[in-house]
This record gives sequence, structure tokens and C-alpha cells, in this order.
Amino acid sequence: MVEFQDYQSPVRPTWCKGCGDYGIWNALKFALSELDLAPHQVLMVSGIGCGSKTPDYTRVNGLNTIHGRPLPAATAAKLANHGLKVICVHGDGDGYGEGLGHMMHAARRNIDLTDVVQNNRIYGLTKGQYSPTSPEGFRSKTSPEGAIDRPLNPLAVALAAGATFVGRGFPAHLRHLIELLKKAVAHPGYALVDVLQPCVSFNRAYAYDYYQPRVYKLEEEPGYDPADRTAAWERAQEWGDRIPIGVLYQVQGQPTYEDQVSVLGAGPLVKQRFRMWTEDDFEALRSEFI
Amino acid sequence: MARKEMTFKIGGEAGQGVESSGAGFAKALARAGWHVFGVQDYYSRIRGGHNFYQIRASEQPIYSHVESVDVLLALTQEAVDRHCGEIVEGGAVICEECLAVDCAALDKREVSYLPVPFTEIAKERGGSEVMRNTAALGAAAGLVSFPFEAIAGVIEDNFRSKGSHAVGINLQVAEAAYHFAQDNYAARSNYTLGRVEDAPRRMVIDGNQALSLGALLAGCKFVAGYPMTPATPILQWMAAHGERYGVVVKHTEDEIAAMMMVIGAAHAGVRAMAPTSGGGFSLMVEALGFAGMAEIPVVIVEGQRPGPSTGLATRTEQGDLLFVLFASQGEFPRIVLAPGTLEESFQAGWRAFNLAEKYQCPVIILSDTFLANSVRTLETDALDFAGVQIDRGALLTDEDLDRLQGEYLRYAYSESGVSPRALPGHPKAVYQTTSDEHTPDGHITEEAEPRRRQVEKRLRKLDVALEDMEGPVRYGPPEAELTLIGWGSTYGPLREAVDRLNAQGRTVNMLHIKDIWPFPTEKVKAALAGARRTVMVESNATGQMAFLLQAHTRVNIDHHVRKYDGRPFSPEYILARIEEAKNG
Repeated sequence: MVEFQDYQSPVRPTWCKGCGDYGIWNALKFALSELDLAPHQVLMVSGIGCGSKTPDYTRVNGLNTIHGRPLPAATAAKLANHGLKVICVHGDGDGYGEGLGHMMHAARRNIDLTDVVQNNRIYGLTKGQYSPTSPEGFRSKTSPEGAIDRPLNPLAVALAAGATFVGRGFPAHLRHLIELLKKAVAHPGYALVDVLQPCVSFNRAYAYDYYQPRVYKLEEEPGYDPADRTAAWERAQEWGDRIPIGVLYQVQGQPTYEDQVSVLGAGPLVKQRFRMWTEDDFEALRSEFI
Repeated sequence: MARKEMTFKIGGEAGQGVESSGAGFAKALARAGWHVFGVQDYYSRIRGGHNFYQIRASEQPIYSHVESVDVLLALTQEAVDRHCGEIVEGGAVICEECLAVDCAALDKREVSYLPVPFTEIAKERGGSEVMRNTAALGAAAGLVSFPFEAIAGVIEDNFRSKGSHAVGINLQVAEAAYHFAQDNYAARSNYTLGRVEDAPRRMVIDGNQALSLGALLAGCKFVAGYPMTPATPILQWMAAHGERYGVVVKHTEDEIAAMMMVIGAAHAGVRAMAPTSGGGFSLMVEALGFAGMAEIPVVIVEGQRPGPSTGLATRTEQGDLLFVLFASQGEFPRIVLAPGTLEESFQAGWRAFNLAEKYQCPVIILSDTFLANSVRTLETDALDFAGVQIDRGALLTDEDLDRLQGEYLRYAYSESGVSPRALPGHPKAVYQTTSDEHTPDGHITEEAEPRRRQVEKRLRKLDVALEDMEGPVRYGPPEAELTLIGWGSTYGPLREAVDRLNAQGRTVNMLHIKDIWPFPTEKVKAALAGARRTVMVESNATGQMAFLLQAHTRVNIDHHVRKYDGRPFSPEYILARIEEAKNG
């Protein structure tokens, strides 16, 4: 049995006291160990930002890439070794700003990976600039008169792009987030988990006190069916007094990208031996040009 | 009289089949035993414009095209207007009677005007004027009494996928045009191209294909790219062969994704390559630095075309040399190879993967449109398929890791700078890789001491890699009054220029630099030691190789020949510039 402790690294986080990243980090370790996945079976890919340091603080295979670009690296790592569980962890600046295009393409490909976005609606590591999910009128160091841009709706974008799993979590509801992450990791295909991440240093207006009274669990909504795409689309628009968390959308039985790559039928690419080339192979290659 | 050598040029609009006819004719000539060099020139558009395909055939091996044209096949007025002046004395132009041809000017040079009703033949025999290019091909073959069955074989190959009807009507069109030209003009033609007796089978192949073959045989299992001229055919060739030979090919959303995918795949342990051009490479640059920092072995093919920006999208230049050497913030080792021939393209295609894994760094193969697209005949053993070696460097196997005592340190300090690499997935080697500076175990650090030591460790790899860098290739006599220096695709035109100068009684040789970075300074210095007068020939405006060579060797280049109009060097162009330099 894999234990939570197996994911404990001697390296301690440098996050601020009260940062939502602690909860997301712990939830990930709980989810992975409760799924009985050992650290060597997991590749955690991240971008740049406070939350992207998560792999560095976790005893797991980590690939801490560059800003906005973890998803294509995660996609190809999965194609090269589909025996690995691939988890992408990055913030809203990374995932919804610099890397938004990659998210939509990962979603439409239905590559089997879990995309955890620590969405604090602010740039924390660069100390307080507005992000793609900051509300309209949001005053920050780069929007002193208030943001003119309207905020991105990541759940709606993921649905529109064809994601087969879309969820939202909140680290103050830790057990709920753990269960959500477990479902996302177990889901075969692209799974977006947007996490409402309080940033206590640069975005106090949208921290615990803001979300606590507003969030409600979709699992407790009578009659809510995550397989109903229209219902999911409606709930994705909901924001303000009531903010849904949980599995917004999940469609079963969709083939993953890697399921459909014929070459991968012979097993993980990295385990496939180099071809022993024969004179017949050489002749076949030569004859194309004769 | 039977010719030992001649050049055909087919000119027309995009969409008229100029390229397919040219490539088909080149293949037919090769099958009939001729050595062939084919070069194409086209505009960045799907229809219209002016394209040409030039084929030089010779009984001797050839490495370049030449400017003079023996037979021009003009499908449009523009082709007549642009290219009639290139036809040599005694040559011929074949075109439709409706096109305006300055016969008086042609007569002065004894160039024959040979009208052939391509459209009429195509309509009558094939039912559509679309087959005009097939008619032109047949007429050219008929004029020089080239064996029709060689043309027929290529037509059958080219149209087989479109069904037997398409094959049949194209054959009828070609045959009618063949007989028209033969019956009307062959008797007074100055050219006869028969079959070369006892010639072996030869391949007709271009630089992209030779490079792709090298990569395939080296065990490249993952290719990611976004279509961009001139590298697109590499992505397509690998895609076409992926299923059969076990290669996963991904057409990505952009070149940033392509580079990040190649990094992700290589990190997971498969040999991975990204083909692109300068614009795409520009997008890849940040990720290139990540591969350098994280010591991930990736291979990039940068097929140069004239920039900046979109530049001349379909044409050639060597303007990205210094860019690829220094692209990205910070300092890290990279290896740059610049093949100049098909043989070198093939070799670079497999060598790049060994160098990438041996030194755990990015390797860039610097090609260009001229090398990528031009075809040449090769003996079937010219690309040494069986000689491809695979060296994965310090890669730890599962068995090595099973026996591992103590903690695995991915970025352990070492004398060579190379640290043994484990692939993610083994319980004894769970480790971090990061774009941040890091400690030997891969964790992020901002401390001065590990920073200094990791920088030095990474850069030491360059010193060791220098041993694997091959020095310049010399062609021509060891002692010479004049040494021409080039790199990359200038090899062919330069080689012919050397031959022609030596045939005139001069003693001239050339040095061809093919391994660019780390710059093999001592080997270049040694090669230059006996040089008396030097001329650097390169396809750019600022003399990038001259700058690099002078900075490293402190040897001054006496004269420079540069070209930056998007068109490749020809032997004639090089000779004319050298003549000017002599007189100037």
C-alpha cells in the first residue's frame, strides 16, 4: 500500500502562510496515495509560478518546465510512456494566460492527463498583477484603474474545447478536493481541475472569506447529472453568490488520444526496443527513391 | 550527337504540375542511367505565379545545377520571357505556338524554336488540358530520343494511385507528344539522350529525405512539428513511415508545443526530433534553453530560408547561423551540425541523436531550402544504412538502477559534465528536473555555490564534445593558390567551381565546414594552415561564417562572395565573382 508519507519530500515549501497551495499540495498527495499510485509511477509536470513549485516539494518524478508550457511536455511524456500517470500542476497565469491555447488543444485531444490549475486570480510570484481570471475592474499593479479585460471562464473554455472531465475544487474543503482529484486522475482522458486557490498575500479580497459562504457541492445538488453537457454548461456560467464545486462534467467511454495511436498498441514507446533493421528493410527504404 | 550532359528547364504556373513533371523526368533520367541534379524554384502560392524545375543530367556524377539551359519547356508566356535568355547556343525552346517568342533573338544564338500543341494533344488524347505538363514531358523526351518506356514507367508510378484510367490517358498524351516532337524535330536536334548502358540502379533523393532516413535508422521514435517550408516534408515523411517503423508523429498547435513535446518525449526516454525553419525555431527558443538547463537530449532540424520574418518563404539562405548558435538567454552547451550534401544530411540525421544523448543537450541540424529540396542521384550504397550506430551515452538501464546504492543524483557533478541519466519510472530514481538552477538531486536552488558548479558542469560538456566535432572536408589538391571556403549547401556549386578552375590550369581547392558548434577551432586552423589566398562563399549578407571563423582562428579571409537574393549559388556565379575579385 502506498502511504501519504511516501510522497513527503525533505524539501519544504516556500509558500506564504495560509496559501491555498498547501491544501492543493496535500490533496494531491492524499489522492495519489489513496489511489495506490507510487511516486515512481507518477510524472508531475508544472510550469512557472508559486504553485508550479509543487513537484519540487513532493517526492515524485517532477518536470518543472517553463511558463505556460507544461501541457505539451506532459502530452508527449504520456505518448512516450503511457505507463506513467501524468499530472500537470500550474497556476492561472500559466494555464489560462500564457498556456491557454495548449489547454484547449490538450482538451480536444483527450490525452490522458490531469490538469490541475491553481487559480488564485492574481500573479503572486511576480507580486500582484491581474490575471486572466481577475474580475472586471480589478485593481492591481498592472491595472491601477481597474481591469478592462473581462475574466476568462476556464470551465466553459474546457467544455467548449471538448474536455471529457471538468471539475472545480476548493482547498478549504480538503476531503472534497481529494475525492475530486481522485476522480480526475482515474478518468481516462483529459481532466481539468480548476482549484479556487486563496492568495493571502496579493488577493485578499478573493481568499477564504470570499469563497467559504459561496461555494456549494454539485454532488449534493439533487438531480445534477455530470454526464449532462447542457447542465454542465449552465453551471459553468454560475458565479457570484453561488459557486459550484465538484465534478461539473464527465463523459465516459471516450477513447483517449494515446488509445488511438496505432504505434502505441505495441506498448509504451519507451519500452519498445530499437528496430533490428534487416536488408529487406533497407531495400524497401531504398526502393522508394529508385 | 550523343551528349554527355544537358540541362532541361520546365517553367510554368503553380498548379500546372511543373514540380511533379520535373521530379518525374529526373527519376526517368536516373532510371535510364543518367546522373541527375534537380532544383526547384517556386512561389509561396497554390495557383499562378511562376515556378520552374531544372534538371541537369550527366554521364558523370554531378553535385550542382548550372545556369545554362539546353532545352526549355515553357508552359506560359512568363516562362518564355524569363528563361529564353538562359538557353545555350544550339539549344531549343519547346512551347505552344500561341506564345510570343522572339525568334530573331533566338536565331542569333542558333536556338531552335520548336512549337508543340500541348493543349491540343492533352485535350485530344487525354480529354483535358490539365495534362499539358504530361504532353510537355513527352515532347522533351521525344526531342532528344529518350527511351519512351522510361518516361512511361514514371507516369505509371505517379498516377497509379489515381487509377488505371488516369495512367492510361496520361500515357496516351505523353506518347502523342513524344511522337510529335520526335517526328518533327528529333532529326535536327543537337541532343540525344539514350540509355546509359550498364549503369547501376541509383536513388533520386533530396536533403530532407536523406536526413529523415538517418533519423529513422537512428531510432527516432517521436517527431513533433508544425508545417513550415522547407522542413514540412520531414514531418510528412516521418508521418508516412510512422506506423510501419514505430514512430509517433504529432502535428502540433504551434512550434512552442512542438519543442515542448520533443522535450517531454525525450525526457521520458525516446529519441525525439522537431523539424522547423527559422520562424518556427524563433518560437522554440525559450524551450531550447530549458532543454539546455535540464540537460534533455533533443534534436531540432532548422531548414533555413531567407528572413527576417516571413522573408522569402520558399527560397534559400544561410542567414540563421549565428542565431542558432546563440539563441536563448543564458549560456549552455548545444551542438550544431550543418550538412552540405545528401550523404552528410543522412549522417547528421543519425549522428545528431547520438550526440544529443551522449552530451545530454540540444543538437541542431542546420539545413536550408536548397539542400532540403534539391534532388541528386546516389549510388544505392552511398547512404550507409548498415553503418548507423546507436550510442545512448550515459543512460542507466533498469538493471543499473536495481543495483543502485544510495540516492540517485540526476545532476551529479562529474569531470566530463555528463551525469548518468535515469528515465522517470524506476522506484530507485524518483527525481526532479527543473528549468530553475538546481542542486545535484535536481531540486531548485538559488545559492551561489551550486549555481557556479552546475554552470561549469554543463559547459564542460562542450570541451569534451569538441573531440567529436569533425574538421572541414577538403576537396581539390592539398596545395593550392586559392582556397574557397564554404559550409552547408554551398558544397555542390563550390565543388564544381573548383573543378572548373583546376581544368583551366589553376590550382584551387575548397574547405567545407560541416560541424559548426562547438567550433572545431584547431581542426579548422590546421586545414587553413597551407592556404595562400582565401575566399569565403556563403548565402547571407553579413558573412556569418567568416565572422565565426575569424573570431575563433584569427585567420583573416581575403575575399568574400555572398548571396542573399534567395536563389542558390551556381558554379558560374561563384566563378564570375572570383574573376571579379582577381581583376578588382
